[in-house]
Amino acid sequence: MPLLEIRNLVKTYQAPEGTPHTVLDLPQFHLDAQAEVALSGESGSGKTTLLHCIAGILAPESGAISLAGHSLTSATEADRDRLRARHVGYIFQTFNLLQGYTCLENVLLAMAFGRGTDAPFAQTLLGRVGLGDKLHHLPRQLSVGQQQRVAVARALANRPQLVLADEPTGNLDAANAGSALALIREMCVENHAALLLVSHDAAVLGAFSDRRDLGTINRAVARPEGGPL
Amino acid sequence: MITHVVAKSLRQHALSTWVTAVSIAMATGLLLAVWAVKDQSLRAFSNVTGGFDAVFGPRGSELNLVLFGVFHMDKAPGTLPWADYEALQRDRRNIKAAVPIVVGDNFKNFRIVGTSADYFSVEYQRGRSLTLAQGRHFAAGAQEAVLGSFVASRLGLRVGDVFAPYHGLEYDPSQKHEAEYLVVGILRPSNTPADHVLWIPLLGAQNMPGHRAEAATDISAVLLQFNSAVQGPVFADQVNKGTRDKTVAMIAPTVTRFFQRFEWLRVVLGAMAALVALVGAGGILASLYNTMNERRRELAILRALGARRSTVFGAMVMEAAAISALGALGGFGVYALCASAAAHYLRQHTGVVIDPWETSAVFVVAPAAVVVAGAAAGLLPAFKAYQTDVAENLAPHS
Repeated sequence: MPLLEIRNLVKTYQAPEGTPHTVLDLPQFHLDAQAEVALSGESGSGKTTLLHCIAGILAPESGAISLAGHSLTSATEADRDRLRARHVGYIFQTFNLLQGYTCLENVLLAMAFGRGTDAPFAQTLLGRVGLGDKLHHLPRQLSVGQQQRVAVARALANRPQLVLADEPTGNLDAANAGSALALIREMCVENHAALLLVSHDAAVLGAFSDRRDLGTINRAVARPEGGPL
Repeated sequence: MITHVVAKSLRQHALSTWVTAVSIAMATGLLLAVWAVKDQSLRAFSNVTGGFDAVFGPRGSELNLVLFGVFHMDKAPGTLPWADYEALQRDRRNIKAAVPIVVGDNFKNFRIVGTSADYFSVEYQRGRSLTLAQGRHFAAGAQEAVLGSFVASRLGLRVGDVFAPYHGLEYDPSQKHEAEYLVVGILRPSNTPADHVLWIPLLGAQNMPGHRAEAATDISAVLLQFNSAVQGPVFADQVNKGTRDKTVAMIAPTVTRFFQRFEWLRVVLGAMAALVALVGAGGILASLYNTMNERRRELAILRALGARRSTVFGAMVMEAAAISALGALGGFGVYALCASAAAHYLRQHTGVVIDPWETSAVFVVAPAAVVVAGAAAGLLPAFKAYQTDVAENLAPHS
């Protein structure tokens, strides 16, 4: 049984003029436990929307998402929050660290909403990403690359089965992007987490053997707007 | 963890937190002061009867009689013939004790009161009567004085010192009497108006050179103790309705009525305090609501990490309640300042001592009401937080 299974997922937004706009129409998608998949697609192809649906942040109009044996689409919002906290780690392009919190507190806070705080493990994670000496630094006291590493440690705080990474190297220079990508992949392997990474960077995508193009599998992108489903 | 999130947010918005908390502290302090000081003053003034039940005096206002006879604060409405005192002494059926007093002179604005030795034997509180810290009581007919503790320390008078009274109740250097009085005793502090008085023998006050010779046997009033609680009001009623030139003022009811006159002031101050509290609560609402734009991303991140809507809602309400609680706590500081000032003023001017920290329900009710109002003010921002769209606020999309 795959870790993540998606069937006939449709997500529609209301356009400013009031007309519905389908951004995702995904007949089928799956991801095995501890797998490593890179998802490509042009800007606006629904990559972030898909990750948000998988994380339970967005509720699709129709279709089914099953994560670690739990149906996200039939779960209440509170249940989706709980599932996200316990099973999903999310790495954002803009890191989304809480600026008033230290590195350690950012990781501990994520734990608080998931499996409970575990300060030694939080310190281990931060040590593993090379920030053992910056536990009490605020994000603004860190370089962009270091902030990304805090985000990686935070994503793994609850020992998730799935890590979602949305353009994780988008804000980094080439040198930092390479090392950040390597770190994310290593950390997922070490923590037995599957990785679903979204990028439009060919260098990043080239590092993955399992690559899927959302432009092809998302029927909302593949067909002209308003065409037959 | 939610408390940690709230504490962090309070620190991140420290300026608005403190400004709002200070305004709430002022309101809470004022609220406490209005209620507690009034209640405690009423209780203290009602208890300060000198051990007497009533003041018997010339026809006039009951309040005036109580103020000058018990609190030594007002002018005597006139004089009574000595025969009235003798008649009261003979009324053993109603009256347990009758002590005459004569006022009319001062020493540097402190009142000189002539009385008999009986005054010092009456218990001003159960088990407590005025006792000497130094020296002895004055001898009847001698030009001797016993000083209240406050007067003695304020004027630096000691046993063996001599002073000359001034005519009238207000100090006028040109009104100095020729007679001189020897300080023979100083009373222990009693926390009653007696501490503010220079006590001299009745005859000394009556025969002070410069006083009207024809009034040499007159007295200002008689302090009464009744045999039982029910006799007082009946006796007072008989005198007040049955005579045209005498008044009996029951001390405790007169003090209560006096305080009731200021009920409107309490209502006005209470309304002002409530308004300030409302402004404080409005401040909480405004400060939280105005920071919602900058908080939205933070709230979205918390939600993305797994925080439920109810968690962020609760955090906002808790933050509002925490600001109010800080204010309420500060309110006790404001109250301490106000109440200490009020207590000091009362002690200096009346000798009545109030305990600002005497147990009162208002110490629980007022801060609790302030915290509840503050938490209620946080409901609207909390609802906005509850509605925060996670995906929209976790930009950018790819």
